[in-house]
Amino acid sequence: MSFVPMSAALGTSAADPVKRRSALPRYVTPLIGLIIPVTAAIVWEFAVRWGWSDGRLVPPPSVIYATFAELAATGELQRHALATVARVAAGFGVGVAAGTVLGALTGYSVTLFRLLDPTFQALRAIPSIAWVPLFILWLGIFEASKITLIAVGVFFPVYLGVMGAVMSVDRKVVEVGRAFRLSGFQMVRRILLPAVLPAYVIALRSGLGLGWMFVVAAEFMGASEGLGFLLVDGQQLGKPAQIVAAIVAFAVIGKLTDWLIVGLAAPFLRWEDRFGRGAER
Amino acid sequence: MLQLEGVGKTYPNNVHALAGVSFTVAPGEIVAIVGGSGCGKSTMLRAISGLDTASRGRVMLDGVAVTAPHERIGIVFQEPRLLPWLTVAGNIGFGLEHLPKAERDTRVAKALERVGLAEKAGVWPRELSGGQAQRVAIARALVPRPEVLLLDEPFSALDAFTRADLQEHLLDLWADSRPTLILVTHDVEEAVVLADRIFVMQPRPGRLFEEIVTGLPRPRDRQSSRFDNAKKQVLAALDRSMARPLRDDENKAPEGAALWW
Ligand SMILES: Nc1ncnc2c1ncn2[C@@H]1O[C@H](COP(=O)(O)OP(=O)(O)OP(=O)(O)O)[C@@H](O)[C@H]1O
Ligand SMILES: [Mg+2]
Repeated sequence: MSFVPMSAALGTSAADPVKRRSALPRYVTPLIGLIIPVTAAIVWEFAVRWGWSDGRLVPPPSVIYATFAELAATGELQRHALATVARVAAGFGVGVAAGTVLGALTGYSVTLFRLLDPTFQALRAIPSIAWVPLFILWLGIFEASKITLIAVGVFFPVYLGVMGAVMSVDRKVVEVGRAFRLSGFQMVRRILLPAVLPAYVIALRSGLGLGWMFVVAAEFMGASEGLGFLLVDGQQLGKPAQIVAAIVAFAVIGKLTDWLIVGLAAPFLRWEDRFGRGAER
Repeated sequence: MLQLEGVGKTYPNNVHALAGVSFTVAPGEIVAIVGGSGCGKSTMLRAISGLDTASRGRVMLDGVAVTAPHERIGIVFQEPRLLPWLTVAGNIGFGLEHLPKAERDTRVAKALERVGLAEKAGVWPRELSGGQAQRVAIARALVPRPEVLLLDEPFSALDAFTRADLQEHLLDLWADSRPTLILVTHDVEEAVVLADRIFVMQPRPGRLFEEIVTGLPRPRDRQSSRFDNAKKQVLAALDRSMARPLRDDENKAPEGAALWW
């Protein structure tokens, strides 16, 4: 066996590792993340086709796709997805508004922090699902109790994120604002807001994640439409393909909404100087 | 004209950082303040800037007391403190928000040109070297055309070459509009290169110990023997300011203190 230099074996020039990395076209890099799920799907598909498994409890991709297409063709999928998205949007909106305002206030004022934060921390310690029976008693089993539950789930990460971000704004940067005689409002707009924006985006993303989590819980507690309803329905009628189709819909819509936040914030965060830059692009 | 009248500062933790500092600086004058670490130089500069208020005495600019940041007083900190979310041009124009955009842009462009960073206008602060960032900070403080510019060890984080470079550069900028410069520094050579007058401070509580007028002609030749002598004079005063043990009742006589030696 002859000695083959590494670079020759790889078919690239290893002399310049930086260059080699960017040699991958821009649109190929994100596809790397698809290798594992796609491979798993293909393997499972053929495992069922060749009879290694009957695929009854775990339907193969083709069956899931067929179910998906059928639900979409009848408009069912859109109707359920829309119902769920509307609930998440409403709950997210309420939770973000409350979390932002209260987080900013407690982060800004020591007095308000001492007054309010202990209560919020105590409430946070309660698993939010534990509120469900109470919300149903108070608000009925329809939309109000569902949206409240989602809003509660979204509130805490947003509240914590905003409070922490406002508290940790660099005093030195605030001093620059003072040296230029910014008024209270200008200080918020020109110094505090941009300074907390990166942390705020992260808070929104974790809030949104919890929103998606809680919408399922909310729809489990009795709903006549929504992706969560499709899950319960699939379980009761023994239709695993419908369950997986709903799960896939959750994954796709969840990811899309997350991308939406990231994409909307990106133009305002180009200045960021941080370790993780580039990994996400 | 900038006047300090018996300015004193006691921090809430009862540290007596500054006591009875009085001096007057004429418009366009360059004053350097040197002294051991912790002798109250930054405290004094912050009191002049209005970022902190003096506990006793007052700071007057043309007969008006300075109690809060003042539009005719600019400050450059030890670190550049650029706002990371603004480009270089955005940072320089930060104090010009009240002007129409066209005028702001021309003033920023001129300032960028002046500090030699014209091609960096659209760049984020993270992409600048330390010396470039400090130049941007100086430009940011200068574009509102302050009458007094305070600098707290502005070049101390830079290497010797960059520092000498920026000292000359600061003098060039100063020559444009001749603001009053009050410069805190640890670097005796920096003080002698830049200043008309050098105040040596003494610690616990911080006060003026000696005033040295170098009388060197500009531009100053760092190699000349007169320059060397001035440096030695400042160093000697610094040595005395730190070595001398103190009794409390001497605190009140900052000006005369030097006569004891
Ligand atoms: N915010 C503060 N609160 C309490 N004490 C302070 C504060 N800032 C400074 N001091 C104290 O006041 C004294 C003077 O501090 P100051 O920062 O003015 O010194 P300095 O001459 O600038 O020192 P250096 O050359 O090291 O920067 C020090 O004893 C310091 O510990
Ligand atoms: Mg200092």
